[in-house]
Amino acid sequence: MKNKKIYLELFSTFFKIGAFTFGGGYAMIPIIQRDIAQKKKWITEEELLDIIAVGESTPGPISVNAATFVGYQTAGVMGAFCATLGLVMPSFIIILLISMLLSEFSELKAVQYAYAGIRAGVVALLVKAVISMGKKCPKNAFSVGIALGAFLFCAFTDISAIIIIIGCALCGILMSVINAKRGKTK
Amino acid sequence: MIYIKLFLTFFKIGAFTFGGGYAMIPLIQQEVLAHGWLTAGDIVNFIAISESTPGPFAINMATFVGSQTGGFFGAVCSTIGVVMPSFIIILLVAKFYLKFKSSKTVSACMSGLRPAVIGMIGAAALSIAAEVFIPTKITLEYFTSYSFITTLIIFIICLVMVFKKLSPIIVVFTAAALGIAAGYLKEIVG
Repeated sequence: MKNKKIYLELFSTFFKIGAFTFGGGYAMIPIIQRDIAQKKKWITEEELLDIIAVGESTPGPISVNAATFVGYQTAGVMGAFCATLGLVMPSFIIILLISMLLSEFSELKAVQYAYAGIRAGVVALLVKAVISMGKKCPKNAFSVGIALGAFLFCAFTDISAIIIIIGCALCGILMSVINAKRGKTK
Repeated sequence: MIYIKLFLTFFKIGAFTFGGGYAMIPLIQQEVLAHGWLTAGDIVNFIAISESTPGPFAINMATFVGSQTGGFFGAVCSTIGVVMPSFIIILLVAKFYLKFKSSKTVSACMSGLRPAVIGMIGAAALSIAAEVFIPTKITLEYFTSYSFITTLIIFIICLVMVFKKLSPIIVVFTAAALGIAAGYLKEIVG
């Protein structure tokens, strides 16, 4: 039986990670690497690379996937729970406070002006996200076709995003079957 | 029951988000707008706030939508909902993750999912851009109006900033400051 200290330690370590990383999952990876792989040695650096790969191909936020995985490897299901709770807690508290404040102040003129500016900024952030993700994606006819198809279906039809996601995953499987067959006949 | 609805909706969103927080945006748009919980404008504001506060983007968005729709318990339900699928799947996968990592079926699915996510975020960006730049009625005068021109200028400044690799927090705060300046300038000039 693991002692209870490890649960507290998992919680507080991931609480710290959740509280001090801005900009989502990938920003957390260097911190996880330093604090968890190098200092605490809960997982090896190799395992960390594996969990990033697994986190990318399983649904959900990568940071949550990483926290659950590290917690589980270190101290089982209860460890996974403590690590995930720790990661989520700072976000939850901060956003809840902001959300309450916003309801108070959203009528203020200055806040509405700020929002008008912020909205233009968000479009810039999204444009950048699409371009930098596009750079990382393989540039073959299949990938470009899928990206374009998903874009058109999502932008111009009422088809549910979930259906589009499932459809594209199936296309991936179909493509690999076709490729495998082609490889055999050659 | 709003709490059960929030939980189920965010469970669904969590289960179908591949490749990080931004991939959630098209799903959130569809689900949240379909339920009539928030307006398209609210979602854009939440994206900005979720980007400029610490923690995973997906958690921030879930907590935000939940608390605005169903108060404290709404936030609890939507946050648990969005985390739950990840948690369960990773627990299932953790034992044989090496096998999972080298699975041909998984990598085949991902070869379709990765480009799909880019296309879908592109679609979300387009609809948000339309929401920001084009109001209810399009007239020729609108494109020379004060609000259109200031929005365009702020957008271009922010675009330069993001491509200079400045942090999203700085971009959001600059955009807010410019928005306030533009708003008050209009009041003064009249």
